[in-house]
Amino acid sequence: MVAMLHAPYVIGSYVVTLGGIALYTVGMFARARKAAKRLPDEERPWS
Amino acid sequence: MNLTSSSSSSPSPSPTSTRFTRALGVAALVGIGWLVLFGLFLSPNDRVQKTGVRILYIHVPSAWLAYLAFGVTGLSSAAYLWKRTRNLQWDRVAGASAEVGVLFMGITLVSGSLWGRISWGQFWTWDARLTTTAFLFVTYIGYLAVRDLGGTHQQRAKRSAVMALLAVLEVPLVHFSVKWWRPLHQNETVEKGKLNGLMLFSLFIGLISFTLLYVWLVIHRQRVLALNDQVDDRGLDLALAARREES
Amino acid sequence: MNAWGIARLVAAKDLRVEWRSRVLINQVLPFATLVMVMFAFALDNDQTLTRVAPGLVWLATMFSLLVVVQRSFAVETADGALDALQVAGVRPAGIFLGKSLALLAQLAVLELVLMGAAVVLYRTELHAGGVVLLVTTYVAATTGLAFVGTLYGGLAAGAKGRETLLPLLMLPVVAPVLIGATRATEAALGTEGATPSDGWPWIGLLILFAALFGVGGTMAFGSLIDE
Repeated sequence: MVAMLHAPYVIGSYVVTLGGIALYTVGMFARARKAAKRLPDEERPWS
Repeated sequence: MNLTSSSSSSPSPSPTSTRFTRALGVAALVGIGWLVLFGLFLSPNDRVQKTGVRILYIHVPSAWLAYLAFGVTGLSSAAYLWKRTRNLQWDRVAGASAEVGVLFMGITLVSGSLWGRISWGQFWTWDARLTTTAFLFVTYIGYLAVRDLGGTHQQRAKRSAVMALLAVLEVPLVHFSVKWWRPLHQNETVEKGKLNGLMLFSLFIGLISFTLLYVWLVIHRQRVLALNDQVDDRGLDLALAARREES
Repeated sequence: MNAWGIARLVAAKDLRVEWRSRVLINQVLPFATLVMVMFAFALDNDQTLTRVAPGLVWLATMFSLLVVVQRSFAVETADGALDALQVAGVRPAGIFLGKSLALLAQLAVLELVLMGAAVVLYRTELHAGGVVLLVTTYVAATTGLAFVGTLYGGLAAGAKGRETLLPLLMLPVVAPVLIGATRATEAALGTEGATPSDGWPWIGLLILFAALFGVGGTMAFGSLIDE
């Protein structure tokens, strides 16, 4: 019974955590693509 | 990170990817899959905390990473300010780490208050650790705002490096003042040694996978910052070239 | 000229500008008093007010500090005065100390008025036994606030959106002063049976705060205002 009561909190915390990280990653990649479009390929020292 | 070279023709979610980051990303993703599997399904309920203990498998790792991230920001800022190691790369690492740290700290605060609601019956207590964490969160949001103030890359780097070191100075002051302010603070509810094998294992998976995730995010983020810096430089070069042609 | 000489000149200049414009007297002091009156509306209970008066005085001081700091650097950036000082080779440490000193003087006036308002509006009573502690608290806390205000004011000066950035940067940093000064003032006033001896440990915190930000500001101010 207690476990059922607390389930929304537990699941909520996992959703917020993983969802937050996922959203951040998507946003970061969008920024990366936007910046990369304005640059030639050779300006990436890591690749 | 010149470990491998990736051809631009290979399908990649981001121009900041290399073979190394892809491998790291897959490892982090697998780790998180395991974390969800063990944390939510395979590990047992705690005798005292019941199912609430499951929040700790993400709360503790994200708190640890948030503090690690701010530590990295402080060290990179010091490395930038020190003349012999001065390099804009340090500044970008500091900025990337602070941003990822803010993300993890936000997660820490949300998951922590959900856990507190179950364990203490309230979302928040004015305990020194909680309050310091909240202040740290706001301080680094301010740090990120300072990074966006504009100016040359060198100005930004110097200004934000000083800010980062001031933030390091602020942390103990806030911590001890809050500690003295409310001396009767809530002790840790989870006593050490009370977690059984599978629970410790879940926590361990959380720590490993979040650390991999942190490294992966920071590598990508600082590369995005490098790209943005190059876009700025290029914009400046183009503007200068255009001006030269006019005259 | 050494840093101290520059500091005296900068402080004198700031206070002269302030005296001619009378922004402190005509705008900041009325604002601070207004905040004190608004607290009374919000709390709506005489006993509660007397109980929390020390904290409210310091909170009102911090809100006013934001206004004063912005004013102090608006004067500098409006016509590029800060840049001119830099170009003229004036040492940043001197500018920092001078502006802190001017801020300290203005805050001292402000706090006297706020304390007076607390006595009148919140029925705060001053005791002879707590006067030494009270004065020490005010000196230590105000010095810390002046250093932090100058440091972060200089950082935000000249930046777009500084009006909104300054509170975000400064309020978390001055939180220890709010806590320490409030507790020490409560001890000095005897709020809820506190005695002056309860207040002295907090003075240590306030002095440490002022010293850290004084030294940090003197060293870092140059790189912060470097444009």
